[in-house]
Amino acid sequence: MTARAGTAARTPSEGRRAERRLGWWLCAPAALVMVLVAGWPVLYSLLLSLQRNDLRFPDRRAWVGLDNYATVLTSPFWWQAFGLTLLVTAVSVVLELVLGMAVAVAMYRTVVGRGLVRTVVLIPYGIVTVAAAYGWKYAWTPGTGWLAGMLPAGEAPLTEHWPAVGIIILAEVWKTTPFMALLLMAGLALVPEDTLKAAAMDGATAWQRFTMVTLPLMKPAILAALLFRTLDAFRVFDNIYVLTNGAQQTSSVSVIAYHNLIGGLNLGVGSTMSVLIFLTVALVAFVFVKGFGTAAPGRDPEGRR
Amino acid sequence: MAEIALEKVGKTYPDGYTAVHALDLTVADGEFVILVGPSGCGKSTTLNMIAGLEDITSGELRIDGTRVNEVAPRARDIAMVFQSYALYPHMTVRENIGFPLRLAGMDRARAAGKIEETARILDLEGLLDRRPAHLSGGQRQRVAMGRAIVRDPRAFLMDEPLSNLDAKLRVQMRTTISRLQKRLGTTTVYVTHDQTEAMTLGDRMVLMNKGRVQQVGPPDELYRRPHNLFVAGFVGSPAMNFLPAEIQDGALRSVIGRIPLTDRMRNALQRRRGVPRELVLGVRPEAFADPRLGGVHGGAEPCSFTGQVEILESLGAEKLAYLTLDADAAVRSEHLADAFQGRESWSGDQLVARLDPASPVREGDELELVYDPDAIHLFAPDTGVNLTEDA
Repeated sequence: MTARAGTAARTPSEGRRAERRLGWWLCAPAALVMVLVAGWPVLYSLLLSLQRNDLRFPDRRAWVGLDNYATVLTSPFWWQAFGLTLLVTAVSVVLELVLGMAVAVAMYRTVVGRGLVRTVVLIPYGIVTVAAAYGWKYAWTPGTGWLAGMLPAGEAPLTEHWPAVGIIILAEVWKTTPFMALLLMAGLALVPEDTLKAAAMDGATAWQRFTMVTLPLMKPAILAALLFRTLDAFRVFDNIYVLTNGAQQTSSVSVIAYHNLIGGLNLGVGSTMSVLIFLTVALVAFVFVKGFGTAAPGRDPEGRR
Repeated sequence: MAEIALEKVGKTYPDGYTAVHALDLTVADGEFVILVGPSGCGKSTTLNMIAGLEDITSGELRIDGTRVNEVAPRARDIAMVFQSYALYPHMTVRENIGFPLRLAGMDRARAAGKIEETARILDLEGLLDRRPAHLSGGQRQRVAMGRAIVRDPRAFLMDEPLSNLDAKLRVQMRTTISRLQKRLGTTTVYVTHDQTEAMTLGDRMVLMNKGRVQQVGPPDELYRRPHNLFVAGFVGSPAMNFLPAEIQDGALRSVIGRIPLTDRMRNALQRRRGVPRELVLGVRPEAFADPRLGGVHGGAEPCSFTGQVEILESLGAEKLAYLTLDADAAVRSEHLADAFQGRESWSGDQLVARLDPASPVREGDELELVYDPDAIHLFAPDTGVNLTEDA
């Protein structure tokens, strides 16, 4: 009797349950593809990282537990690359945030030729990174480059550590500031016009309106933009690969992993590095979402409080 | 406290659209003035120009005799209340109210005292540590008011502050605002599209249409002596009845009978040149009375007519009788279309009479109504001018 009563009570939700089942079915193909193309490689590299697996010595394949991790984490090359990656990430993300905000405000407030301004600003983001990186490389190459030509004769910035790092950061910032600006501009639209007018009436200068009203109200958008860019910047590869290929100790973690994996054919150590990069990225994302309360994409920012 | 003077103030947008035409208005120190009109009439633009949120393209705006056209909003020392309240969602009620003080650099202890006092006036004491998201509409509205009054500005500007509240709360807040303004004695300019709000609140009403002032005066004066068809139609609820009429042999011929011209009408019409034969007759619903209850009081001989009651609305204190008239009795006028924009559906072939609730009338009855011919207004159909009032 009770069972039937229970069923009767649940009957009205039958339609909703069917709808939910249909939802799962509709998601299934995409989920399956994701598991195959993303899930399996992740798992496979995790397995590889636990093996001695060097394609030059296929006979010596063996399970070695965490030996690879010990090797990588005690390697000065790894820590050098890790430090450089952190530096490039921090500096370029901060510069992108400041410049991106300026560009976003400019795009948002432009009255004349708004479409043209937005298009022009977005051009760097529309160029393939590798192509742009070659552009920078030639520009800084003595003899042929227009930028190198402005330096005193004999200077070859890409062959020295700090100038090379500077150029890498410059290329990164140039390339992704438009992306940042785009995300931040969406954030600017979150600030109601009336609220800014109210602040003006309350006696706020333009700068006070920006810092005391606009920025706090944009916080969710700023954090989301920072999260995306930090994750992205930490995996920096293309620019470094083209500009220096890791010479003068300018390797990022991705570049060093690539060199071990593809260049050195050492699947074990290369995979270990990939897993470590994955873990760092996951940690950064976790800190952003839990620590700063960054709204994950698609979540209602108001719902957090 | 300040006097706000607008001298030929106009607003023309870059695309050539003129939102406000050379507007003249002086708001006296401590006065409560209501800008009212249908949407798009220029009232909000005018308010924003006083605030400094919109540039003035012609004319001069003076506050206490000083030209402020070029002064930034924050330097005008005027507080504004917005329809959307425009509270700062990341600040508590205390921080919201204290924001103008913080910007003015007032020391913390004094600011805290002011905030407490403001909260007491507006009954917000228990809510000071909440954020706007956790307040009801009425509470948010009071916080917006608090932010305006906390710094004793020279003037208040209010842009439809009650439009987002439900009807009951709106009536409540109306009296709160009225009491507050009297108590503080601060010059106030208040924008609304609601004629009831306009009638009940201010010292003076400025009725606007299509960027031009139609009439300025105390609400009562706009009600009793409208300058034109637009004013007559906009002010009052239910609205004035408008019927076509024709002057014939010293009398008016209309669907509500033959009305002999009174001395007042005759004198007024004589002073004007080129009065058309065809006129629009306007008469307020309360001008009619049920003769069974004693008729109307007035100097002139009462007129009467009979019509069928189609709908009867009993409102307790009064009864509204809707009588059907001939379909061709409808007045078509763009002045009236403007006045009735967005309001109760208005069909020109109906006549409304506001009757004493003691009247025994029922729906479907043939009802005889009497009225004082001196209560009638006559308007020129093309210009809309009220011919029975001195211009």
